[in-house]
Amino acid sequence: MSEIHLDLDVLSTLKEVMEDGYPELLDTFLKDSEARLRVLHEARDAEMLSATAHSFKGSSSNMGAIRLAELCGELEQRAKQPSLRGIESLVNEIDSEFAHVRTLCREEREGFHC
Amino acid sequence: MQSSPEPLTILIAEDSAADRLLLSTIVRRQGHQVLTAANGAEAVEVYSQQRPHLVLMDAMMPVMDGFEAAQKIKQLAGDQLVPIIFLTSLTESEGLARCLEAGGDDFLAKPYNQVILAAKIKAMDRLRRLQATVVEQRDQIARHHDYLLNEQRVAKAVFDKIAHSGCLSAPNIRYLQSPYALFNGDLLLAAFNPAGDMHILLGDFTGHGLPAAVGAMPLAEVFYGMTAKGYGLAQILREMNAKLKRILPVDMFCCATLLSMSFQRCTVEVWNGGMPDGYLHDSLSGVRTPLPARHLPLGVLTPQLFDDRTEVHPLSVGDRVFLLSDGVIETSDRDDQPFGVERLQQVFSANREPDRLFEDIQQALRDFRGEARDDFSMVEVRLVAPTQLNPPPPVYSDSGQSSPLDWSVSFEFRAQTLKRFNPMPYLLQLLLEVHGLRAQSGALYNVLSELYSNALEHGVLGLDSSLKRDATGFARYYQERNARLDELGDGHVRVHLHVTPQGDGGRLVIEVEDSGKGFDVAKVLARPLDRDRLSGRGVSLVRQLCHQASWSDDGRNARVEFFWEALS
Repeated sequence: MSEIHLDLDVLSTLKEVMEDGYPELLDTFLKDSEARLRVLHEARDAEMLSATAHSFKGSSSNMGAIRLAELCGELEQRAKQPSLRGIESLVNEIDSEFAHVRTLCREEREGFHC
Repeated sequence: MQSSPEPLTILIAEDSAADRLLLSTIVRRQGHQVLTAANGAEAVEVYSQQRPHLVLMDAMMPVMDGFEAAQKIKQLAGDQLVPIIFLTSLTESEGLARCLEAGGDDFLAKPYNQVILAAKIKAMDRLRRLQATVVEQRDQIARHHDYLLNEQRVAKAVFDKIAHSGCLSAPNIRYLQSPYALFNGDLLLAAFNPAGDMHILLGDFTGHGLPAAVGAMPLAEVFYGMTAKGYGLAQILREMNAKLKRILPVDMFCCATLLSMSFQRCTVEVWNGGMPDGYLHDSLSGVRTPLPARHLPLGVLTPQLFDDRTEVHPLSVGDRVFLLSDGVIETSDRDDQPFGVERLQQVFSANREPDRLFEDIQQALRDFRGEARDDFSMVEVRLVAPTQLNPPPPVYSDSGQSSPLDWSVSFEFRAQTLKRFNPMPYLLQLLLEVHGLRAQSGALYNVLSELYSNALEHGVLGLDSSLKRDATGFARYYQERNARLDELGDGHVRVHLHVTPQGDGGRLVIEVEDSGKGFDVAKVLARPLDRDRLSGRGVSLVRQLCHQASWSDDGRNARVEFFWEALS
């Protein structure tokens, strides 16, 4: 499991691509992700869980949130198993990893204006 | 960052807002116009309204997923290629395979790599433009094809008018031809000449399509025009050959068999240039004599080198001449073996009813090849009694006010002219200026031809008509005729025509004299009018066809008269 919360190289490429749109991108990512987390907590059927985790994996990897993406990938696979036992703890782990990523994103946002 | 040479309109279908934003920005920076959709249904809607050049499609989307949307978009695109690049973080190969199955053309993994994305867009666009070119060219080809088909239709319509001015529907002719024979280069013509003889041409032009058809028209015009005027086969052949040689490109020519069947004289004259053997079927003995090609096709040799010599065969009533194009012989089976002449001969031997010969041949071809073919031609002509045929009367275009009624003319044809020139058509044209004679043009032509040929062959060339007592003798007679004509040094035939008014009508006197040795007139005239003997028909014929036939000067001068009443 990767220890990279937010890959600086990826961020630097994103900055170059987005230019002035960089803050908007960060904001959109955070907003999207919060909505997804809610779904993960409330989801009752495994297919919804797996699809949401898949989607979250995709956008996290685009942002360079490597560890977060990997955790989502694990959730995606676990949700396809017949038994959903222990899935709660994985969702919680995603929760806390995202919290970390969110902090770093907000720092990035601050740093960008300077 | 490299922009694509041509800005495209690209649809990005992605449900994750952040990814959509990122991808839009990347693609815009590469110089393209961007449309977006947040789910599959929206993607299909935007595509159908805006018709972007290329689609970047997320695989997993709500409402309608990427796979279904891709299928629908491909359907909407129809002939055109709209490249669809799936965006996926699917790693299992099954997932990737699904992308391609759904009609995707490529996929791009997340996280997005701009360099790879730019390269894929460029590559897909190249394919898209290639497809567009192919479709446009296909449509162009289809238009040209329709245009060509229409040209052929017009050509065929014109030609059918020309071709059907003949007598293929006469009761003694049977033929089989594909409706598109013209475009296989096959030609079949038949016409009566003023004597009531029948000219038939079975031809095969090189090539296919319009080039093959185009040569047929001038050829048909010559055939019909000259036959109607009373020209013989040799002159018609010379003219046809010269015309084709002049107008066709170097590598084009026309194989042809020409027949002139005389119901009065019971003969058939044959010229075969490059066609398969024809067959002369003796109705009594059942023997079929081949009529092989002894000449090159029409349009190959210059007029100086062209050989117009024909063969003459005697016939009895009921005998048939059968001609076929090489489509029959060359029909091949699954192993590319040709049907060949031997198999045709077998069909002949097995044939019990001559009237069913065509059916037997077609059946044999079907058995051989396993399917029916219609790109060959066959024709069969029977010798019948002249009374069974109804040649149409010739059509004249003038009004009858300027008919010459009181005149005389004399011609002298000397050795060099006798060799290569047949004066019959000119003399007939002259006589037909007299309107009163037109109703008897058949008899006129027959009598004039008979008197002239007697004067030339028996008189000047000194040929003995008793040679013509059987088929072999016939062949020798005509060989001898050609040989003596080639060597002819002196001699002449004179033709005198006198037209005078008589009562309300008029009288024509024809005298033909030759420089030969003459014959025992009394002896020949004493013979009964015998229609079954091969030789000596000429005198009988003349006596049957006109008034007052008489011979003087030891047979060297023949004199006949024709009368006509006033025209109503």
